[in-house]
Amino acid sequence: MSMKAMSSKEVAKKVMNKEELFILDVRNADEFEDWKIEGDHFQHLNVPYFELLDGVDGIMDQIPDDKELLVVCAKEGSSIMVAEMLAEKGLDVSYLEGGMKAWSEHMEPVKVGELSNGGEMYQFVRLGKGCLSYMVVSGGEAAVIDATRMTDIFTGFAKEKGVKITHVLDTHLHADHISGGRAIAKETGGTYWLPPKDAGEVVFDYQPLNDNDEITIGNISINIHALYSPGHTIGSTSFVVDGKYLLTGDILFIDSIGRPDLAGLADDWVGDLRETLYKRYRELSEELIVLPAHFMIIEELNDDGSVAEKLGTLFAENHGLNIEDEEKFRKIVTENLPPQPNAYKEIRQTNMGKITPDEDTQREMEIGPNRCAVR
Amino acid sequence: MNSDKVLDAKGLACPMPIVRAKKAITDMEAGQVLEIHATDQGSKTDIAAWAKSSGHELLKDTDEGGVFKFWVKKN
Repeated sequence: MSMKAMSSKEVAKKVMNKEELFILDVRNADEFEDWKIEGDHFQHLNVPYFELLDGVDGIMDQIPDDKELLVVCAKEGSSIMVAEMLAEKGLDVSYLEGGMKAWSEHMEPVKVGELSNGGEMYQFVRLGKGCLSYMVVSGGEAAVIDATRMTDIFTGFAKEKGVKITHVLDTHLHADHISGGRAIAKETGGTYWLPPKDAGEVVFDYQPLNDNDEITIGNISINIHALYSPGHTIGSTSFVVDGKYLLTGDILFIDSIGRPDLAGLADDWVGDLRETLYKRYRELSEELIVLPAHFMIIEELNDDGSVAEKLGTLFAENHGLNIEDEEKFRKIVTENLPPQPNAYKEIRQTNMGKITPDEDTQREMEIGPNRCAVR
Repeated sequence: MNSDKVLDAKGLACPMPIVRAKKAITDMEAGQVLEIHATDQGSKTDIAAWAKSSGHELLKDTDEGGVFKFWVKKN
């Protein structure tokens, strides 16, 4: 019947609204196994495009006729070829515009809540990669936390809101994605903050972010309080925003905890991770709402598409916060870890400013899931 | 490495390198070797996976400064 393009934004809406979708993924099997578009009610069929060059007759009986159909490939070309064949067979079919490359870069802003004096907290959900960034908006100013390299999304959003970005912060030196923090600070004239213990090798100027530092956003003053919380990296720092939200970076997630090995020092840092999760966080109010820098599985999304949960609930339900035995904890977070993120060493070098790959290379480096957690 | 035919697929985006390769190898005799040159990043893994799924043998592949070369022996 007909073929049309479906944008990453439309797919993101379907994920967040928990709609049904049948995805025919025509990338090769390894790529599909490694990383795919997930939704609560999404079904998948993986048949590489090069097995469909002679036609789609062999797979017609595997495609349901009562579900919306989307063909997905790496960059778009092969999915158009396959979608055209399916359309010729009489199906209504879409292909993913820009392929998994575009999906990997798409971000959806979600308002997670109000702050005092009319301030607002926004979460930017990068569904394709499981990355979460934040913007604190207050009194005509904004702070961006754990920004991705798609800096236009943040500067564009600030412009739309009519606010000026004055502070840009990273909770730690990221290993799974390239930070946009430095670029945003440069563009907006804002201050770029990094924990100094993660920044020993960086080759640019930054403002050191230390335990108990206070940053004020806007004239009506929303307070960001830094809390040193090492373990994923030695510098990892959390933020308590307006006494209401706890931004945990890659230390604590909704259904998992941070892994300590991405800078090659798992055995040294496991004690810090334990201390942060079982002592420092225990001293905080259980009413704080945890906003992590990642999610791993689609089930971690709330009904409104946000990723957020009360600290008290996580103490009760997150497995990683309930391992009483220290030796057992050590084993879990240092042994049998999942594979490390794609190109994580090069990503760290990029975030230190030591290498500056072109945009295509940066995109390739980030392909795949983030894998910053242990469950 | 010797080859019986060379396919220049440089500058072509996915799926064209493999569409062309399939066409080229169809006209060849079993045992002959097709040499493919491509620049598409995805071709690195896709040509290997295609050769495997179609029963051909990938004898060798190289990366010469952004140009990927493959030698595929027809089954």
